[in-house]
Amino acid sequence: MTTAIADAGHTPGVRYGSISQGRRRTLYWSYFFLILFVIVFLTPPVYMFITSLKSSAEISAASNPWWVYNPTLSNYADLLTQKTYLIFFRNSAVVSLCVVTITMLISVLAAFSPRMKFWGSATLATGVFLAYLIPDTLVFIPLFKTFAFIHDKRGIELINHWWVLIILLPTLTVPFCTWIMIGYFASIPKELDEAALIDGAVYPDADKIFIPVALPGIIAAMIFCFTVSWANFLYGLAFTTSADQLTLPVGIVTTLIRGDVYAWGQIMTGALLGAAPPLIIYAFLMDYYIAGLTAGATKG
Amino acid sequence: MADVVARDLTLSTAHRRLTMQKFVRRKSTIAFFMCLPLILVVACLVVYPAFYSISLAMMNKSMQHFVGFGNFAFLLKRNTFWMVVEQTVLFAVTAVIFKALIGFIAAHFVHNLPAKGQRKWRGMLLIPWVIPPAMSTLAWFWLFDPSYSAFNWVFAQLGIPQVAWLGNPYWARFAVILVNVWVGSPFFLIMYLAALKSVPEQLHEAAMIDGASWWQKIWYINLPMMSNIIQITALFSLIVTFANFDIVKILTNGGPVDQTHVFATWAFNWAISGNDIPLGASVSLFMAPILALAAVLILRNVRQRGNEA
Amino acid sequence: MAQVALRNIVKTFDKTPAVQGIDLDIADREFIVLVGPSGCGKSTTLRMIAGLEEATSGEIYIGDQLVNDVPPKDLDIAMVFQNYALYPHMTVFENMSFGLRLKKFPKAEIKERVQGAARILDITELLDRRPKQLSGGQRQRVAMGRAIVRNPKVFLFDEPLSNLDAKLRVQMRTEIKKIHQKVTTTTVYVTHDQVEAMTLADRVVIMNAGRIDQIGSPHEVYHSPKTQFVAGFIGSPTMNMLPCRLVENGSRLTVRLSDWLSLPVPPSRVARYRARVGKELTFGLRPEHIIEGRGDVPPGAAAFEAPLDVVEPMGMETMVYFIVDGVEVCGRVNPAAAGRVGESMRLVADLNQMHLIDPHTQMVI
Repeated sequence: MTTAIADAGHTPGVRYGSISQGRRRTLYWSYFFLILFVIVFLTPPVYMFITSLKSSAEISAASNPWWVYNPTLSNYADLLTQKTYLIFFRNSAVVSLCVVTITMLISVLAAFSPRMKFWGSATLATGVFLAYLIPDTLVFIPLFKTFAFIHDKRGIELINHWWVLIILLPTLTVPFCTWIMIGYFASIPKELDEAALIDGAVYPDADKIFIPVALPGIIAAMIFCFTVSWANFLYGLAFTTSADQLTLPVGIVTTLIRGDVYAWGQIMTGALLGAAPPLIIYAFLMDYYIAGLTAGATKG
Repeated sequence: MADVVARDLTLSTAHRRLTMQKFVRRKSTIAFFMCLPLILVVACLVVYPAFYSISLAMMNKSMQHFVGFGNFAFLLKRNTFWMVVEQTVLFAVTAVIFKALIGFIAAHFVHNLPAKGQRKWRGMLLIPWVIPPAMSTLAWFWLFDPSYSAFNWVFAQLGIPQVAWLGNPYWARFAVILVNVWVGSPFFLIMYLAALKSVPEQLHEAAMIDGASWWQKIWYINLPMMSNIIQITALFSLIVTFANFDIVKILTNGGPVDQTHVFATWAFNWAISGNDIPLGASVSLFMAPILALAAVLILRNVRQRGNEA
Repeated sequence: MAQVALRNIVKTFDKTPAVQGIDLDIADREFIVLVGPSGCGKSTTLRMIAGLEEATSGEIYIGDQLVNDVPPKDLDIAMVFQNYALYPHMTVFENMSFGLRLKKFPKAEIKERVQGAARILDITELLDRRPKQLSGGQRQRVAMGRAIVRNPKVFLFDEPLSNLDAKLRVQMRTEIKKIHQKVTTTTVYVTHDQVEAMTLADRVVIMNAGRIDQIGSPHEVYHSPKTQFVAGFIGSPTMNMLPCRLVENGSRLTVRLSDWLSLPVPPSRVARYRARVGKELTFGLRPEHIIEGRGDVPPGAAAFEAPLDVVEPMGMETMVYFIVDGVEVCGRVNPAAAGRVGESMRLVADLNQMHLIDPHTQMVI
């Protein structure tokens, strides 16, 4: 039974909307700062794009750098018809695709083993993790020397060939990809193993069961692998020197460093096109990309 | 009798085949073979070179004689070496601190947004990390260009004096750290966002009822509960930033006057450009102790996280 | 200590109405329980009082203050959550003292308050432990301790016992009652368990689909339910409900339940029900009002025979089930008098306790 309330001093009023003032204010501040962050984060790529549309005349004229007065696609046309650039692109593409294939083969196989609980599986996981932590800058010098050594002793020319990168880059990709996939495979219930065994599957057949379930992890690992191979700069710079052997990042930069006159329009176009493949993959497969990123540390 | 013997024979061959099959089928054997390629890759391309570099570092320039610690002694006496040490440490620590701060702050802002909108913002904010660092460093190089810097143009419009981004040693260091922070912050953003989401919302509600303001919630609840991830991410990044090559090489190549050299670029210049491989190897070896320490700390943190889970 | 008032509270989530017009007055020091099935809006209402949700329209008053726009940290309230919401990285002492530390209370007073609350709740040995070292019941006590220490105007409980096992739940229920006797703060308690509501509440508020069906003391809602929902929700085992028809018999009325069973309406009710003769109604009678027949039939009751379908011996009593026109009816009889399955048993229904419900409006007549 409700009792009438003494209502001296109550102001009746109706409140509408389901976000309180306090929360609305926090939301506005959040958007404000996020817009600032986005401006800072996106300025360089946007500027790359702006510059790529400028003719060299406009660039040297030193007018407002942030605006294109006479947009032109000549930079793109020049680059894409220029043999050197296309070679860079091709080299990068082939190297990356090969590295992805090799890495996935090695990693998938290796990632399976902890599931079978053999004697070294815990050490393996830790070892893989440690291997990932060793940076390429620590290792490239002895590798360079080793390759030179092999050249001296056996006459096998390993330096200055783009396909050498296919041997080298897996160092960077295999540990982390294995790590990602150990995490993903661990979340597949062991019952699948047993069910498959009962159904008479020998392990090679298991890929009909496991691979589909593990697909997100595999995709994430592949994306990571491709991105790292494509973006690699150090190994390319150290191990390849002739123009026709360079991969894209090295190619663009060394073309710059050699010349005295910087053709900025072309350089920015080249850089933008070079950044395009990872960006495109990212645009379409963003969730896998991020999953690959977070897999390393959070699946600890 | 013959048929018995024959049968025994077939039985024993069959038996031997079975044991062989059993051996091959045994899980641990298969597992080991599956790991083999990985072990080979890591052994040949990571472990072996790491150790080889130690022996390399002890050779003389033409790699004919063993000079023991001669290279190391040489380095320790050089002024540039100590500059490189100071610079590398400065870059790594400063960059990681700022990356962590920006990532932390940005993660909270993104987390504040309604769930549907978060994806778009997260997508835009990750772009600096997606672009190959070499490419984006080129863009920054262009932005910092002594004659055509777009930033200087804006400064000129506003009446602020021009900045010699890459010519002045202090500004050059600033530029290197800036680009590093620009490239790396999104990684921290993503990691911290994931960690933030794992803090139960009810704890925030309980804290609000206990009287906590927004920054008290962050200080007393978010920070402690995220501390594990914060440490792991920071240590990870410390290793990567410490060993960073691309940014410094493209932006300043160590200049002006070696004021922005880090271990990686200095080692590269000695070994590849200067043709003194042992000296280059010695330089890069100096990275090892710090990296090892960070690695041990990470492992300890990861294990701790595993135990808490 | 303060009274709480809700005026025409409405809450919609994205066009789905969760709470549709609640009016409620809670007196100072009262222990009021909001009870109802999942999704009836009770938790949402509680959270609106706490300031964790903003009411779409309507006013909420704590004491004399309009608190719709006031953030939780400025309200003087404390809340105990279903999942305890203890800070995992703090010790029990730090958990309980968190609110006081935020408000910069002097250390000595914090210690005194925490120790005092710990004594009431019997958790003094746990003060240095972390939540993950505690059992469910202990965690719940710490959560309550955190609330007591604050000495707030209102306690809010959001289904605090739902995560505990049955035995512990009964134990904690009594504890909560004892604590309320010691610490007489106004309490708003939400649960879906009607037993908790009945045992703990000064008044029970039964909610259904975002509205209040009835507010009353446990006795009132048990014996005088206003709607079909309340009648069926309160009491375990649930009230028997059967379709029936009122038949006039001269100056008397009978309730016709089936071909073989008709029960007379007690004279005191005849006037009330006369207008509904001939209509399709629902007849309600609690199982404890159907007992074994022995000797004389008291006034207002009626005896009948029914073949037993199921017999459930509960020790203290035996539940007997018989079928009326396809509906299973439950009666509570003395174990010694219970018949056997298949046999016919003599039962007496106390029709002074009957209820008639209009099936179209769902209201008790």
